[in-house]
Amino acid sequence: MTHAVLELKNVNKSFGPIDVLHDINLKVNAGEVLCLLGDNGAGKSTLIKTLAGVHKPTTGEIFMDGEQVSFDKPKEAADRGIATVHQFGGTFPLMSIGRSFFVGCEPVKKFGPFKIFDRKTANEVAVKAVRDFGITRIDDGDRLIGGLSGGERQSLAIARAVHFGARVLILDEPTAALGVKQASHVLRIILEARKRGLAVIFITHQVTHAMAVGDHFAVLIRGAVAANFMRGEKSREEITDLMAGGEALADLDSAMEAQSEATGGEPAQSAARATVA
Amino acid sequence: MATATHTKSPGAAGPSFGRLARRPEAGSFLGMIAVFLFFLSVSGQIFVSAPGFASWLNVAAEIGIVALPIGLLMIAGELDLSIGAVIPAASLTAAVVSGYYGLPDIVGIIAALAVGLAVGFVNGLLVIRTGVPSLIITIGMMFAVMGLTLGLSVLLTGSTSTSINPGPVAKTLLGAFIGGMFQVTIFWWIGFALVIGYLLHVSPWGNWIYALGGDKISARNAGIPTEKLTIGLFMLSGLAAAFVGTGQAMVYQSAQVAGGQSFIFNSIMCVVIGGVLLTGGFGSVVGIVLGTVTFAMVNQGIYFTGFDANLGSVIIGALLLVAVLMNDTFRQLALTYSTKKKG
Repeated sequence: MTHAVLELKNVNKSFGPIDVLHDINLKVNAGEVLCLLGDNGAGKSTLIKTLAGVHKPTTGEIFMDGEQVSFDKPKEAADRGIATVHQFGGTFPLMSIGRSFFVGCEPVKKFGPFKIFDRKTANEVAVKAVRDFGITRIDDGDRLIGGLSGGERQSLAIARAVHFGARVLILDEPTAALGVKQASHVLRIILEARKRGLAVIFITHQVTHAMAVGDHFAVLIRGAVAANFMRGEKSREEITDLMAGGEALADLDSAMEAQSEATGGEPAQSAARATVA
Repeated sequence: MATATHTKSPGAAGPSFGRLARRPEAGSFLGMIAVFLFFLSVSGQIFVSAPGFASWLNVAAEIGIVALPIGLLMIAGELDLSIGAVIPAASLTAAVVSGYYGLPDIVGIIAALAVGLAVGFVNGLLVIRTGVPSLIITIGMMFAVMGLTLGLSVLLTGSTSTSINPGPVAKTLLGAFIGGMFQVTIFWWIGFALVIGYLLHVSPWGNWIYALGGDKISARNAGIPTEKLTIGLFMLSGLAAAFVGTGQAMVYQSAQVAGGQSFIFNSIMCVVIGGVLLTGGFGSVVGIVLGTVTFAMVNQGIYFTGFDANLGSVIIGALLLVAVLMNDTFRQLALTYSTKKKG
């Protein structure tokens, strides 16, 4: 079970003179969760878009199942089984669950020359797919997406991707806007997807969430992989430090200490006053 | 299967308020009833007599044929103002081809419809190629078509209006009055409503239209041919506008360069009163039809009352605002309804 479903070798991406990704080497196996950690602007989105076929790497190679691939548009990546789920679920708030589940590949009944959208089948399949992922609160396919909670929307989007044969699931900050309980729902669904043998790439900057489900971690700093390690090899503090660029956070710590020593507490307020002055 | 039977039970509990509220036309239905009762009480028996019905149905049919594809476009998140110029352009095309040059009626009609399709195609192409909002593109197109219509009309016929004497077939199909008062356009309107209702609510393409209006990028990522769909929808609205223009030429037996401007805002108002969300993604054909009926009732009903006819515009303006507020409320209900039910 150790063949890599998706592998990047020396991938570089630049937009004109600006280099965004440097020599990215990553791989993710089936039934494994790769957590991609990084601060804002570290190049996470560019990396995801490269995987999803939105951008083509400037140099470097992408392999799927050991075979080199090149995607000209998102559809090609999707056809190979790479599914991206965005922060807001990539869904349509004013469409029903059944309708949005099947957007682009509607189940159809033929009635003479007319094609008829099979609403009943669509609703049943969609509801079943979500319930199989453990979201039992969804039982009516006519409900509008906008009436679901953030966690339910994410779950629906993940269930949809799996239903349509995704092999690599790219989750772009799925827990960023969620409360604690909702986030744990989504994490459970990530584990379920992993159990089903999908390769999951989980992008986040919440270290706790990453440590809860990750098998394999990569930290991205300024477009390069700064660390690449397996579960249990690093502590949470080490990871947080890495994400913030290590020294940066330590610097801040010592700065805060110096401030509070000088003023005898309330460092934040004095700092604010200092900037105003 | 146990879940399937379980899901049935809340739905089977009857046409509950929540189920009704989830429909985009819920607000416009109540609005139409209110407007109907208002005019019935103010103007009395004459409003429900056959001529009374005919007066607003005739108006509703013409606007309705244009409002339906405009509604589809708005559900898909686009606007089309160029119809205001396509209507006289098509009207004049039919009159010049069949009236001035004396070619068979069918040639004039096909030429007129082709003008509508062509304008729609260019609109769609510009929208997808430039990414400029369709509001701007179609305003530009409206002026361009208006100028071309005027210029070509003067160039070809030396006049800004042309008369046409349609043959009996064209006259019956497009310009007849049934019972001396009901325009045949009403039946075309019903036909258009059925076809567009099928497209939006029954066929899989309807799903694409909702998805396009809901989130264009997600729709494209889901594999929907968004560009072809956009062009197709603009062509449909061009075709419908050209159809109305051709019908007008047959009814009035003449065509002018001007006219048709009123359709722009009237059709958008009908669609919005009918519960279509201005930013796209939500709406229904039944709603658009009800919105059109409501609009036409106010527009014509005012003449049955003792009020100053100018008050009609005031009522329409207020109605639009009330309709939008009411539709917002119903949309909110639709979104929250099921979460409450489950508890």
